[in-house]
Amino acid sequence: MLAALFVMTGIALVLGAALGCAAVYFKVEGNPLAEQIDAILPQTQCAQCGYPGCKPYAEAIASGEAEINLCTPGGDDGARKLAELLGREFKPRGAPAEKLKIVALIDEQTCIGCTLCIQACPVDAIIGSAKQMHTVVSCYCTGCELCLPPCPVDCIALIEEPRTPQNWRWKYPVTGLGVFT
Amino acid sequence: MSSPHIRRPASVQRVMMTVLVALLPGIVVYVWQAGAGILVNLAIATATALASEALMLRLRKRPLWIALSDGSAIVTAWLIALILPSIVPWWLTMTGVLVAIVGAKHLYGGIGQNPFNPAMAAYCAVIVAYPALMSQWPSIDGVDFATQLHLILGGSREIDGITGATALDAMRTGLRNQNDVRSILGSGTGTFGFAGGRGWEWIAAGYLAGGLFLLVRRVITWHLPFGFIAGMGLMAGVFWLAAPNNFPSPLFHFASGGTMLAAFFIVTDPVTGTSSPLGKFIFAAGAGIIAWVIRTFGIYPDGIAFAVLLMNICVPLINHATQPVPVGQRKDSRP
Amino acid sequence: MKARIFNPRGGVKPDSHKKESSESPIRHVPLPPRLAVLLIQGSQGSARTIVTVGDRVLKGQCIGEAEGADGTAIHAPTSGTVTEIGYYPMAHPSGLSSQAIVIEPDGEERWITYEPLDPATADRDELILRIQASGIVGMGGAVFPSHLKARSNIKTMIINGAECEPWITCDDRLMRERAANVVTGSAILALLTGARQTLIGIEDNKPEAIAAMRAAVRNMEPVTRKCPGAGKMNVVAVPTRYPTGERKQLIQVLTGVKIPPNERVTKYGTQCFNVATAHAVCRALLHGEPMVSRIVTVTGNVERPGNYEVLFGMSIADLLAFCGVKPDTTRVLMGGPMMGFALPSLDAPVIKGCNCLIAASNELFPPSAPEQPCIRCGDCVDVCPTGLQPFEMYWASRTKNLDSARRHHIFGCMECGCCAYVCPAHIPLVDYFRFARSEIRARDEEQKAADQARTRFEFRSLRLEREKSEKAARLAAKAAETRAKAAAGGNAALIADAVERARTQPPAQDNAEQDHQK
Repeated sequence: MLAALFVMTGIALVLGAALGCAAVYFKVEGNPLAEQIDAILPQTQCAQCGYPGCKPYAEAIASGEAEINLCTPGGDDGARKLAELLGREFKPRGAPAEKLKIVALIDEQTCIGCTLCIQACPVDAIIGSAKQMHTVVSCYCTGCELCLPPCPVDCIALIEEPRTPQNWRWKYPVTGLGVFT
Repeated sequence: MSSPHIRRPASVQRVMMTVLVALLPGIVVYVWQAGAGILVNLAIATATALASEALMLRLRKRPLWIALSDGSAIVTAWLIALILPSIVPWWLTMTGVLVAIVGAKHLYGGIGQNPFNPAMAAYCAVIVAYPALMSQWPSIDGVDFATQLHLILGGSREIDGITGATALDAMRTGLRNQNDVRSILGSGTGTFGFAGGRGWEWIAAGYLAGGLFLLVRRVITWHLPFGFIAGMGLMAGVFWLAAPNNFPSPLFHFASGGTMLAAFFIVTDPVTGTSSPLGKFIFAAGAGIIAWVIRTFGIYPDGIAFAVLLMNICVPLINHATQPVPVGQRKDSRP
Repeated sequence: MKARIFNPRGGVKPDSHKKESSESPIRHVPLPPRLAVLLIQGSQGSARTIVTVGDRVLKGQCIGEAEGADGTAIHAPTSGTVTEIGYYPMAHPSGLSSQAIVIEPDGEERWITYEPLDPATADRDELILRIQASGIVGMGGAVFPSHLKARSNIKTMIINGAECEPWITCDDRLMRERAANVVTGSAILALLTGARQTLIGIEDNKPEAIAAMRAAVRNMEPVTRKCPGAGKMNVVAVPTRYPTGERKQLIQVLTGVKIPPNERVTKYGTQCFNVATAHAVCRALLHGEPMVSRIVTVTGNVERPGNYEVLFGMSIADLLAFCGVKPDTTRVLMGGPMMGFALPSLDAPVIKGCNCLIAASNELFPPSAPEQPCIRCGDCVDVCPTGLQPFEMYWASRTKNLDSARRHHIFGCMECGCCAYVCPAHIPLVDYFRFARSEIRARDEEQKAADQARTRFEFRSLRLEREKSEKAARLAAKAAETRAKAAAGGNAALIADAVERARTQPPAQDNAEQDHQK
């Protein structure tokens, strides 16, 4: 009995030491955590999480000061992936991820050329200069809505990108039988 | 539902029915050689399989009719009945079928999802649990139907004088006792026929005929039966040529035990097998080799069930290694 | 000459059902009350409208310019007045709408005049430009712009008259009745692509078409004999098998070259054109007629099945009504039964890729039996012409394991439907593949957009940082200067300085604004 205990304890100690050494000597220089988190975030740079962009939010999660479910565009899917990466418990976000891409559109008749939206855009997707009409480069726009509040004449609207045969998606086949779940 | 809008008249039900039809020649020969007791076992197994399948579908809240009518449970049931000794008590057949349907099939998610061949899993379970009953094979023409019925349904088991060693058993025991193959075969106990076990070689021929029917109907491809026979034949052949006195010939192995049933009806189970032609060959050949090893060096009457289960474990690995490449694409290119 | 045939793997042999529509000659359809020509003719490019409501147009007049490199021009199918530019349903499985130019015919059918081009003397670029301007696209259903394909330099050109899908006979009738034009068009394409050999592949269930095409090749006009590939033009009967009409399949059957799913056919010195495309090229170059109509097979549950010469823009409902569609029709398929789709709306106008319309009833096309679990029987692997493992792709797609689906070469799938055709478990495999592929594409797009946004955000942060530090440096320098001045001349000098500055400079602008003007 005693011998068995000693043997088991001995094995545990030796293996524990070996694992500890391995952790120190064979340390894998992977991506720093913040970068891995940043890769999951949707990069809308919308700041709805309360941080000024996706990267700052990723850093806040990595340092443990932010919850993982603050990202609105990422939705539950994103939160689930973060939970998986970090080994934390998944917390539902509520609103699901928006599927159709949304882009800002400036009503060029109304725009007074105040440049306030240009300063607000986190991805430099609005071009124009003072007293000149501005326009959104829609392929760069992430639909973050940050340009809406600063606009003094409310000339910016968010519109859904139109459905075309190119971005139309086939649906998951429905068997309607319940053979699988 | 999008294209295609036309479909070939094919169904799982049709596939399974073809398999059942292909088993008929073997069963007919079985009845002719070893008496009608096997029919009782088949009936018990079928009833148990359908009842347990229905129960499991009910518990899993799945539509009953589609899965019940596909015939897969009956195929499993028939295979179990055919691989058990024909005079096992009724509850042993039932136990085997329950293990197959409930344990090996539905607990893994039903048809198409099970990693292990249900019939083989059942065989292994009962042979480990009831080794004595599983070794009581009736001698080929010494038991009339009434006795068989009594043994199957009745309680008392007076089996002295009606059971005999199977060809594989007799061969193994003889070799353990330092006899050579020729003298064992010639010992004239009524166990051996011209190729394998007396009478059993004809049943094997019946299975072979049914298997050829399956090949013609393209229900199975040649890779599996050929691989199994080739794997077993290769091992048996090499050792037989090296030491003909200590190892029986490939023909003996083909005609004894469940070789033919396994080659055409058991390793050909698509669900638990591999997919590519090369993979199929490797899978079946592996099963044949392991079966020969267990027959030759193991203690069980026949090693096929263990061999098939062992190869079932290797299926993901074989599939991974034998992934075919699209037409024209080189092996090393990535999608 | 007996040509060598290479048998590819897989494929199926469904009932052909060609006789229903192949036995009567091509018929014309009366001019409908209006024609709605869609700006998007296929899923590739689109056109930009160059007419306005009220314009009078002539037949063949360009009404929509090609947009982008892979767009195609569209032309007025008849003479008349543009009455509307509005949204019409597209003949596409999505049921989406697209802009269409609606023309009310004046009944005169007056053609605009384009000068014919002589392929023997005209410049190659000129010929290709004419093909583009005539709005010619692949007529087999893929609707890929033909001028892009004509630009390639190849050794062997394949003309696709296989028509392997059941029910469809429009190419069959075209080859029987207009073989000379098809052969001439093929010769022109051979000239453009520099092909030294032209193989015309026709399935052996169309003996009349093969005979007509062979006769046409023998009696080829001398003008086209000058084309390099024209001298070695061969009509080859290929075994009837679906999907031999797919271009890589046909190339393999005729030349033995196996082209991987992810590679272009031109890399292997081949290119494939449909017979109807060759016919359209001939009409466009030698007769100055742009694409305004095509031959459509209307068959299935109709009173008068057959092939009809239909103007683009005619409503599919009108066409079916003309052919006498029977009342128990449940849905209408566009394309063949193997790869076609059920039209979401019959108001969709006929487009360039519309080769066949099948009125389907429950007798002709019984609804599929319920889906059962896959038993890995491997029938799908046996029939897959590309050598894929459809059931593995199915497991991956069903569980939405998109990476695994990609690893199993889901993008090599041509959606021919052989696997679903033979599946004993009645699994709609192609549906699963389409779903998985559009999900993977969408995900890749999203990933690309996210990467781009990340780079732009990081660049912007960097720039703001830099500007901040530059501004700080500037202010520090100025402060130092001011201090130096104050030390030198006292406050009075500073005040005079400020007044001077205020007079000469315009009102100070917002710093950020200046930043943006930089």
